[in-house]
Amino acid sequence: MSLPAYNFAYLDEQTKCMIRRAILKGIAIPGYQVPFASREMPMPYGWGTGGVQVTAAILGPDDVLKVIDQGADDTTNAVSIRAFFAKTANVATTTKTAEATIIQTRHRIPEERLQAHQTIVFQVPIPEPLRFLEPRETETRVMHGLEEYGLVHVKLYEDIAQHGHIATTYAYPVKVEGRYVMDPSPIPKFDNPKLDRSPALQLFGAGREKRIYALPPFTQVTSLDFEDHPFTVQTFSRPCALCNATGVYMDEVVTDDRGGRMFVCSDTDHCETRQADGHTGPGLPQLGEHASSEQETTR
Amino acid sequence: MTDPILSVRGLEKRYGAFIGCTDVSFDVWPGEVVAIVGESGSGKTTLLNCISGRLERSAGEIRYRMRDGRFPDLGHLSEAERRFLMRTDWGFVHQNPADGLRMRVSAGANVGERLMAVGERHYGDIRRTAGDWLSRVEIAAERIDDQPIAFSGGMRQRLQIARNLVTHPRLIFMDEPTGGLDVSVQARVLDLLRGLVTDLSLAVVIVTHDLAVARLLSQRMIVMKGGHIVEAGLTDRVLDDPRHAYTQLLVASIPES
Repeated sequence: MSLPAYNFAYLDEQTKCMIRRAILKGIAIPGYQVPFASREMPMPYGWGTGGVQVTAAILGPDDVLKVIDQGADDTTNAVSIRAFFAKTANVATTTKTAEATIIQTRHRIPEERLQAHQTIVFQVPIPEPLRFLEPRETETRVMHGLEEYGLVHVKLYEDIAQHGHIATTYAYPVKVEGRYVMDPSPIPKFDNPKLDRSPALQLFGAGREKRIYALPPFTQVTSLDFEDHPFTVQTFSRPCALCNATGVYMDEVVTDDRGGRMFVCSDTDHCETRQADGHTGPGLPQLGEHASSEQETTR
Repeated sequence: MTDPILSVRGLEKRYGAFIGCTDVSFDVWPGEVVAIVGESGSGKTTLLNCISGRLERSAGEIRYRMRDGRFPDLGHLSEAERRFLMRTDWGFVHQNPADGLRMRVSAGANVGERLMAVGERHYGDIRRTAGDWLSRVEIAAERIDDQPIAFSGGMRQRLQIARNLVTHPRLIFMDEPTGGLDVSVQARVLDLLRGLVTDLSLAVVIVTHDLAVARLLSQRMIVMKGGHIVEAGLTDRVLDDPRHAYTQLLVASIPES
């Protein structure tokens, strides 16, 4: 019998142990960025090398894996990572949120509320929420250690001063259990409330930056704001063009070269499930209907 | 007489065998301006950096009177306490405003940063306070959303002063605050500083090589040479009746106007 070309789920067992130790430490200190010895993965940085390593470390033969990229199950990143684990771990894969036990995600949290038996793994490009305000790593570590987070509010202040409202729409900084300020990865701020007290375990992996952090189930996660400019999420003026859903995060799709566009659910599984249940939206925009009335509002 | 706010005893800073400053002892009382003068390389900036905790000292004692009356050696404070002190009770005005300002965030946020650092979370209040301070340092209210890179040198220096004073500190360190400014702007900044120091009864330790600045601002002065204090006393006394040969040379080197 020939030896398998890979260990189960690609990584060797020592590496998985090392990553699991980092994950456990991250769970013990919610929001704290744990350094780990990130490995080279067979995909470029920026494609989810951190998330893939976390998934590989927690994946078991009985798990059912779902991978989404910007909410969609059928984009390049999602398809290739799903195929990667189907091949190297021979695990079942799905596009149904409810059926999955592990969901690896880039830039979204599914619309359907996650359950206690599920784990969501986020791909994180820059884990340090203070990085663009303070470039020195030595300094940001001290700032986390001493809980010096005034600088985050300087950024929010600048937003209000320039735009009249907090214009940060993604990677919106959060405070975890009143202690660590954390970058929730580039999810839209629409998804920030879903982080708060989620029954699912939430893990964050940054491959290039070699950091892992975690939110144990039911962790309190607060989006930072000002007393007179409270945190708000994006709202959309129209329902999904395909499934008529409201109160979900939408993608804007350009449909022709005459200004036609439509808004559809960013979460493809959510949209398809609703369509299968018989919900239908207004469909493609009528000719001459212009985008100005479809503008996304952030207030 | 009240107790000193800052007390330095036998301070020494060595860079290997080389002496930055040594055997420095002096006190600063609340509301008093002390000037440290001397030529380049005399150790005055080293001294200032040691006192303000920006440099590790080699030997000696630096005690500071906290708001609660304690008088601890700064080396015995935790890093958290020291950093908290630095952004609430102290200020540091750099010679180059770019070192003390965030050049890419607006003037209002620069002034408001310390407020946000101590937990102020009301945008309207922060902005109002920032606006007040900008007017106190004579920066027009409509410049509040402009970045310091769009400001002139004098405006940047005044903004840096406002940024330091917003938390009502009790002790300010200044390193050649007017060093990079032309003479007319210098006069304006000095005038502003003198007014603010008196109004707020700040204690100030100011490093300068310009005896005119020392004369204008300070009540007492310390003359340094080669890392040592060569003469200390009331500013008028030192400048009008210098005793040490080096001070005499220094005073005599001011061109007659």
